[in-house]
Amino acid sequence: MIAFLKKYEGLWLFVHSPSAIVAAMVATLIILGAIFASWIALVNPYDLASFSLFDGLLPPVWQDGANPKYLLGTDDQGRDMISAILYGARLSLIIGLSALTIAAVIGVGLGLAAGYYGGRFDAVVMRIADVQLALPAILTALLIDGIARGILPAAIQQDLRVAVLTLAIALSLWVNFARTARATTFVQMNKEYVQAAIMMGQRPSRVMFVHILPNILGPLLVIMTVDLASAILLEATLSFLGIGLPADSPSLGTLIRIGMQFMLSGEWWILWIPTLFLIALVVSINILGDFLRDIFNPRLR
Amino acid sequence: MVYFIVKRMIQSVFVMLAVAFLAFSLFRFVGDPITQMTGVETSVVDQERLREELGLNDPFVSQFIRFTGDMLQGDFGYSYRTRQPVADMITERVPATLELGVVALIISLLVGVPAGVYTALKPRGIWTQTILMTTLVGVSVPTFVIGIMLIFLFGVQLGWLPTFGRGGTVQIGNWESSLFTFSGWRALLLPAITLGVYQLTLTMRLVRAEMMEVMRSDYIRFAMARGVPMRKLHYKHAMVNTMVPVITIIGLQFGGVIAFSIVTESVFQWPGMGLLFLESIRFVDIPVMGVYLVVIAFFFVLVNLVVDLLYVAIDPRLRLRELE
Amino acid sequence: MLTIKDLTVKFPSRFGDFSAIECVDMTIKPGEIHGLVGESGAGKSTVGAAVIGLLQAPGYVANGILTLGDTDLRDLTAAQAHEVRGDRISMIFQDPQTSLNPLMTIEDQLVETIQAHSDASKTAARRRAVDLLEDIGIQNASQRIKAYPHQFSGGMRQRVVIALAICTDPELIIADEPTTALDVAVQSQVLDLIKQLARERQIAFMLITHDIGVIAQVANRVTVMRKGRVVETGDTAQVLGAPKHPYTRALMDAVPPLDQKIDRFRVPAADDTAVMQGDTAERWLLEGQQYGLTGLALENLTVTFTGQRTSLFRKPSHYVALEDVTLTIRPGSIMGLVGESGSGKSTLAKAITGLVTPTYGTMILGDTVLPFGSSRSRHHSSRQLVQMVFQDPYSSLNPRHRIGDILTEPLRFYGFVKDPAERTSLAASMLSLVGMQPDAIIKYPHQFSGGQRQRIAVARALLARPRFLICDEPTSALDVSIQAEILNLLKELQARFGLTILFISHNLAVVRQMADDTAVLRNGKIQEVNTTEVVYQSPQAKYTKSLLAQTPEMPKSWRH
Repeated sequence: MIAFLKKYEGLWLFVHSPSAIVAAMVATLIILGAIFASWIALVNPYDLASFSLFDGLLPPVWQDGANPKYLLGTDDQGRDMISAILYGARLSLIIGLSALTIAAVIGVGLGLAAGYYGGRFDAVVMRIADVQLALPAILTALLIDGIARGILPAAIQQDLRVAVLTLAIALSLWVNFARTARATTFVQMNKEYVQAAIMMGQRPSRVMFVHILPNILGPLLVIMTVDLASAILLEATLSFLGIGLPADSPSLGTLIRIGMQFMLSGEWWILWIPTLFLIALVVSINILGDFLRDIFNPRLR
Repeated sequence: MVYFIVKRMIQSVFVMLAVAFLAFSLFRFVGDPITQMTGVETSVVDQERLREELGLNDPFVSQFIRFTGDMLQGDFGYSYRTRQPVADMITERVPATLELGVVALIISLLVGVPAGVYTALKPRGIWTQTILMTTLVGVSVPTFVIGIMLIFLFGVQLGWLPTFGRGGTVQIGNWESSLFTFSGWRALLLPAITLGVYQLTLTMRLVRAEMMEVMRSDYIRFAMARGVPMRKLHYKHAMVNTMVPVITIIGLQFGGVIAFSIVTESVFQWPGMGLLFLESIRFVDIPVMGVYLVVIAFFFVLVNLVVDLLYVAIDPRLRLRELE
Repeated sequence: MLTIKDLTVKFPSRFGDFSAIECVDMTIKPGEIHGLVGESGAGKSTVGAAVIGLLQAPGYVANGILTLGDTDLRDLTAAQAHEVRGDRISMIFQDPQTSLNPLMTIEDQLVETIQAHSDASKTAARRRAVDLLEDIGIQNASQRIKAYPHQFSGGMRQRVVIALAICTDPELIIADEPTTALDVAVQSQVLDLIKQLARERQIAFMLITHDIGVIAQVANRVTVMRKGRVVETGDTAQVLGAPKHPYTRALMDAVPPLDQKIDRFRVPAADDTAVMQGDTAERWLLEGQQYGLTGLALENLTVTFTGQRTSLFRKPSHYVALEDVTLTIRPGSIMGLVGESGSGKSTLAKAITGLVTPTYGTMILGDTVLPFGSSRSRHHSSRQLVQMVFQDPYSSLNPRHRIGDILTEPLRFYGFVKDPAERTSLAASMLSLVGMQPDAIIKYPHQFSGGQRQRIAVARALLARPRFLICDEPTSALDVSIQAEILNLLKELQARFGLTILFISHNLAVVRQMADDTAVLRNGKIQEVNTTEVVYQSPQAKYTKSLLAQTPEMPKSWRH
């Protein structure tokens, strides 16, 4: 019985941790909302025909002058706030997750190899990482964006917006993965099961991916949640600065930028609704990340 | 130990060269400098002549060497947008960013370190839980949102503090400082807090984690077994040992501060380097972009070098070799 | 005088309160060295921690009487308890490296301790510290004292730790595995030091250890613990020589003697799982025997490592791990390799298996020359013929793989068996052969104890059908009774399947039991090679002689 409980200890802790449960619920709701945005939302914010200026600047349902069709009001273009934030969250999540995946694949791959081979290869990877680290994430992202702007012909720039943004964010995050993967790989290399596999004559790729990788997943998982939050925040920041997604296909960051114009004039919902939504999303991801970190580090319990 | 210092310096130079190379590649491959500088009216022949004069047809390597040489002498080229020397544009903006960054860093350390120590020593207190909850939110809220909220609260609703600009400034030689006027400080407060909050939460979490790790170590346990007074144990033993790895993170944090200053400057319209960089991105002003890169990397590398040297000075294990 | 009566310590957990120790009785008089011995999980460290008040949270003393002289140790406030620590009771731990604050000089740490419990001025405290270090046997104390902990060697560090413990003149010192991490020679010195301190300063010692030999050497009285309870207590000679309790008797049966070779250890019948059925596996292994017995010859083997660069002007120093090692292992025999930490034993194993590249020399397995590490192809025959059983049962099996996967890997890799179902059944049969239940196949390593994991490790090695087996400290991380089982197992397997074994250990007694021939290694050089009988009965090399003399063991006169 005790053995059974110990096996699902993680689950037990989860069930008994109120903050983790709330966080998971919030995150799930938001994610589901984002996935099914096209079905739930009243309006497609990208489809210019589906909304009109006449519906613009309507307040949320509990204030005077509201239209009950738009529960949380509309923005200056007449877009329903709920639809806007759902579609916005979807974009933020798509970009965040894609960037994360690319960064993880590159980072873990390089980190594993650096840890396994050591020597010259490791030194080279570390030098590249050093240079990357000398330029903070935002800088890298901005730079890539700037370069893309300069290189790509104006015609396709808009279409490639999402791709450029994703690439920019991915390139600023891979170093985290690489360093963690490398450090944990070093630790595993000293373990005897790895030496046994190498001694047997197994291929390096097999030793790295079949033997070592499953054992370093723990810390990597924690980094993933933290970096997902970072990726989403980074995208929001870039959009806020005007370099990310434009107003006609807005992400949450863009919505906040738009909303800032109305901060002083009284249409508070255009600013604060997307803001709260973004905060809720990121906070729940971070809580889950902390929770995972505590599970993988039993000493802290 | 001398070897260690020399090795680190060589590494730093390498990193700088790599960054310079990146910046130079930017210049060469993104857009055409000639068309940027001359516009549509100049004839093709004249453009060719200009190209030849500026040495843009020379081999890649010699151009790079010239580029680096120029940089080392302080010649950073001319902006595509304003036609001014980039060097002037940047030096004009450096004090604003640097002052903002340093004040933000100081705030984050002054609050973050004690908070980290406190939450580590009293893991179950009510204050600890509050602080931890707050920092969780602090890490999740993007810097620009914090800025907006502060502006809204203190600038709009309460009207206590200004929401843009630097306030009154004083010129000291080349350096235009806003630290010497009351209005300067008032203007600095909100941006500095905004910038410092994220760093603060990171510092606090790091100090806390390190301190808890140290408190579990054998030498703390042995010191307890010897009856060393608890106060001394907490501060002289635990805290001092915690500071050593924390120092290295300060270096990285400085980079973060400079980076996030871009966002903060944007929100508060603070006339620093970050704002300049943003504009240069928007207008694809390559020279400014490239030079900004190099300047940032330089600051970053410098701070990290200093931190590494500090590390060596503090930790005897790196300094002294075995006796027998 | 320390009196413990009916002591019970509990640890609350999600699943209810768990008793770490229960109803423990013990008395220690001033000047007495009292040994507290038991296998892992017995609760010995918990007793020590409870006495000094440093139980790991959330443990607490649930019941019992703890008195030191007239003071009731349970009836103190936190501040008073902290006062007692250092002043009257002190404690030293196993690892001297981590016990000292790396950022403070020895002097500062000593002075701080002295001043914490007396009114001495800084100068007076400094002088006391220097005198103390000299008493303890550290020469040049007035200079050495200004150094930092990392600048001392392991033995010196433990002396400093002891100095820190006695600088406040405590009545009782709890020593938790104080010599386990030390070399034999250093261990001997530290034990002598403890005896001296007990005699001259009348300090009582609670000596916690799992090493019976150490107890025999220094303890006046001993208490044996098992699973949190006291099993037997009394004078050392009586408890170790003529134990009354069956557990103690079984424990003493499992201790390998240094002075004679016994065929098999006497293990309690219920635990006797040395080689059971496993017919399929047995037949399969015997097929491999057709290829005959394989020996190993090493000639002038030298391994040099280049160190890290630490100076701009000097080239990085070379470290010679093995120098001119010449050794012949007779086919079908067990060669024991004895050496202390840093002697190069593991490097030798790594050179043979190709994990490390020798700088010079020849290695001949059977009648083939073994290529050096970096040039040995991944498909070379030696990779199958030579297998290894490692020291740490907790890291030698991949925690994320099932036992079945771990065991069938060599079968698949070397192409022995093509059919997956057949592989699994062969693996299951092999598990039975090494004394495990076949249903372990679907489980994960963490579900097994250290001893069980070592059995699995042996099974894995055998599933490559090797002719040559290297055992690198295979039982050093195991309890004495489990060790006896595993050693029995290895002996049985070797006899049945004609394996040639290189048995590496720092434990002289264990090697005596296992090896036909013995080689003694020191700082990379072979000191002596001969049959085990000769090496142990009439050693030639000075080093061997001093090793044998300094290894703590139970006097023969005690044994009945």
